[in-house]
Amino acid sequence: MTSDTAVHAEHAEHIVSYKKLCAVWLTLLVLTVATVLITRADLGAAKVWAALGIASLKSGLVIAFFMHMKYEARLFRIILFVALVTLATFVGFTFFDVLYR
Amino acid sequence: MSHQEHTDNIGAKLGMWLFLFTELLLFGGLFILYAVYLARYPHEFSAAGKELNVTFGAINTVVLLTSSLLAAMAVTAIKRGEKGLTVALLSGTLGCALIFLVIKYFEWSAKIHHGIYPGSPRLVAGAPGESVFFGLYYITTGLHGVHVVIGGAVLGWIGTRVNSGSLNQGNNVALENGTLYWHLVDLVWIFIFPLYYLIL
Amino acid sequence: MSVAESKQPARTGFWSDTGKSGIGSWILSTDHKRIGLLYLYSVLGFFLVGVVLGVLLRIELMAPGRTIMDAQTYNAVFTVHGVVMIFLFIIPGIPASFGNLVMPIQIGARDVAFPKLNLFSWWLYTIGALIVLTSLFSGGGAPDTGWTFYVPFSARTGTNVSLAVFGVFVLGFSSILTGINFVTTIHRLRAEGMTWGRLPLFVWSLYATAWVQILATPIIAITLVLVIAERVLGTGLFDPGRGGDPIMFQHLFWIYSHPAVYIMILPAMGVVSEIIPVFSRKPIFGYKMIAVSSIAIAGAGSLVWGHHMYTSGMSDRAVMVFSFLTFIVAIPSAIKVFNWVSTLYKGSISLEAPMLFALSFILLFSIGGLSGLVLGAAATDVHVHDTHFVVGHFHYVMFGGTGFAFFGAAHYWLPKFYGRRYREKPALVGWALMFVGFNITYFTMQVLGIRGMPRRYYDYLPEFADLNLVATVGSWIMVTGLIIVVVNLWRGLFWGESIGENPWDGATLEWSIATPPPTENFEEDPVVTHGPYDFNKGVGIP
Repeated sequence: MTSDTAVHAEHAEHIVSYKKLCAVWLTLLVLTVATVLITRADLGAAKVWAALGIASLKSGLVIAFFMHMKYEARLFRIILFVALVTLATFVGFTFFDVLYR
Repeated sequence: MSHQEHTDNIGAKLGMWLFLFTELLLFGGLFILYAVYLARYPHEFSAAGKELNVTFGAINTVVLLTSSLLAAMAVTAIKRGEKGLTVALLSGTLGCALIFLVIKYFEWSAKIHHGIYPGSPRLVAGAPGESVFFGLYYITTGLHGVHVVIGGAVLGWIGTRVNSGSLNQGNNVALENGTLYWHLVDLVWIFIFPLYYLIL
Repeated sequence: MSVAESKQPARTGFWSDTGKSGIGSWILSTDHKRIGLLYLYSVLGFFLVGVVLGVLLRIELMAPGRTIMDAQTYNAVFTVHGVVMIFLFIIPGIPASFGNLVMPIQIGARDVAFPKLNLFSWWLYTIGALIVLTSLFSGGGAPDTGWTFYVPFSARTGTNVSLAVFGVFVLGFSSILTGINFVTTIHRLRAEGMTWGRLPLFVWSLYATAWVQILATPIIAITLVLVIAERVLGTGLFDPGRGGDPIMFQHLFWIYSHPAVYIMILPAMGVVSEIIPVFSRKPIFGYKMIAVSSIAIAGAGSLVWGHHMYTSGMSDRAVMVFSFLTFIVAIPSAIKVFNWVSTLYKGSISLEAPMLFALSFILLFSIGGLSGLVLGAAATDVHVHDTHFVVGHFHYVMFGGTGFAFFGAAHYWLPKFYGRRYREKPALVGWALMFVGFNITYFTMQVLGIRGMPRRYYDYLPEFADLNLVATVGSWIMVTGLIIVVVNLWRGLFWGESIGENPWDGATLEWSIATPPPTENFEEDPVVTHGPYDFNKGVGIP
């Protein structure tokens, strides 16, 4: 990439507005309240999955907006997916052992 | 020479994201252990979790979410050339980090005062599941706390560079990368909070 | 032969064109070539330390009962042999030395994406190595747990486990940073026309390796932290008396350490993929499949760690799942072997030193792979687990594989960077002795293992004595060959015959620049118009 293209890319880059960032923050606070409430409900084991689900949603918002992932090149989303699948595999395969002893 | 020096912001960000994946997997190992032991000791985990202070945990969650907001705003600020605001926002992020660590200090000292710490007589004599819960709690929140300190130091240093002008509207990928690291600290806590404080 | 050998004048290129000299210009250099050589000397030095330890082990095992050391010392020697060989030699070995030297040039770049981080990686490696070495002589003495540091013994033994695993932790960090650097470099710094489909296969292998370094290493990092916590804080997370599960340690340990063997083998396979076409004067057969198989090995190899744990007490379901998946990993490896052999077919083969090491890789790795199938099948594994069959297997793949490929790479590439070459005849003699000695040593171990000789035991039953003596004599033959190879390389690179730009008529970019390469690698950024094995079209720049 020549320096001309680099400069052009800078000018074309996306800047997230303060308004949007605050909107995301408010959503995160609401979701935090939701997490507390849902874990008060009598759901048994489903409680864990519910809490993890909301936590994943919160993470998604942080990653997409605070960490700018929504506006990055597709490569970044692909490699994030690879990392997440890797972790999921490590957890999941361990349970082939732990759940069936 | 026919080449020119140019910074590769995308490359710098790519490198940072790759580093964040290593952090994800580092904490991931601890979450693997948590998952396995939760499956094995659901009642003890629930009972032990009740001994953690949900209020402190919730406050710390809000504190870190806010710190992430301020850090993200700092990136917007510097890209708009608002130097003073950038420094203020970074200072705010650091302030939140400090609050987090103070609350953590109170949490830990309270627990230690009550004889709950790795290898303590109370844990050794008590239910195995409770010992495992707190062993994981201390390692996970301890490692997380170390990252809060590191992240704070990184942002502090970046703040001085913004102040001096070496990071500015045209050259700020270091700030972006620093805040990416900070957001990771927030992300880990987003999972620590429900798993340790709310699975009751 | 000695007509062209000369007293050495100052080397040109990156050795001198910055005008800087002295040790500071090396240990503070951010030039990938200097860093590659720093790594080369470090890993080679530690390899020789590991060899000495291995020779001592074989002398002890030469006869039943005590030969030269007591049982505690034996435990420490095999532990340190493993730790040094694995963490200080094989894992960094090819990627950090040859990867650093060659990869940026092969993609048409001037350096890696993060040159300062690259230097930092080497410093972390050096510091980690020093910490590991310190642990041998301080505290309770050298660790005696085996390189796998299994709990509960590693949590309880009085030897210096905490310091040693901390050293390994630092080494892991070095490996991670190299992985990050290489992935970013390969994505961002390829020259114009250097598409993914024109990348040399060595680069593909380094790319796949780097991903494993990034995603797997953190797991052992946290595992090592947890071992230190068990010892120092008494967390009891792996202590059954405290509710912990020692098998969970094994899961966490092998989640890294199995993919780690692919960190070890993939770059070696990449080296072989470079050498075979050049010395057959034929483009590689099935370029795409070899590239894809590198990624497939990295991916599938991350799913099979439980095959180290069949006898651990893990569930039957896990045993079956991991065994099944282990067979799948064999497929992409076999694809590479078929493609290399197909490349040789009807090629114009030249049996020079690099090619001999590459060809022996194929044979020795295949033998190791076959014994790997015996180990991967759970039913047969239970009979040979923790016997010398395993020891033979991993030496075949790691030494016969990666080790031989390392020396193949050394003969192939080091002359380019030093501007001088080794002498062919001693190289062939050294290789032959290594090859013969290697097989005597390790094939014997496979037999011993099937007959029931356990590994990591200080003593053994008298019925195993004869074959143990044979294996030890084999180790002496092998080490003699090794010494000849290393001395020949040393003398040649420093005082040997000068070489030109492209002694092997290779078509990858490193052969298109001056010998030794200048610091900036290329005078102008290259424009690539053909593939890495298109021998008819000449090299890089049209």
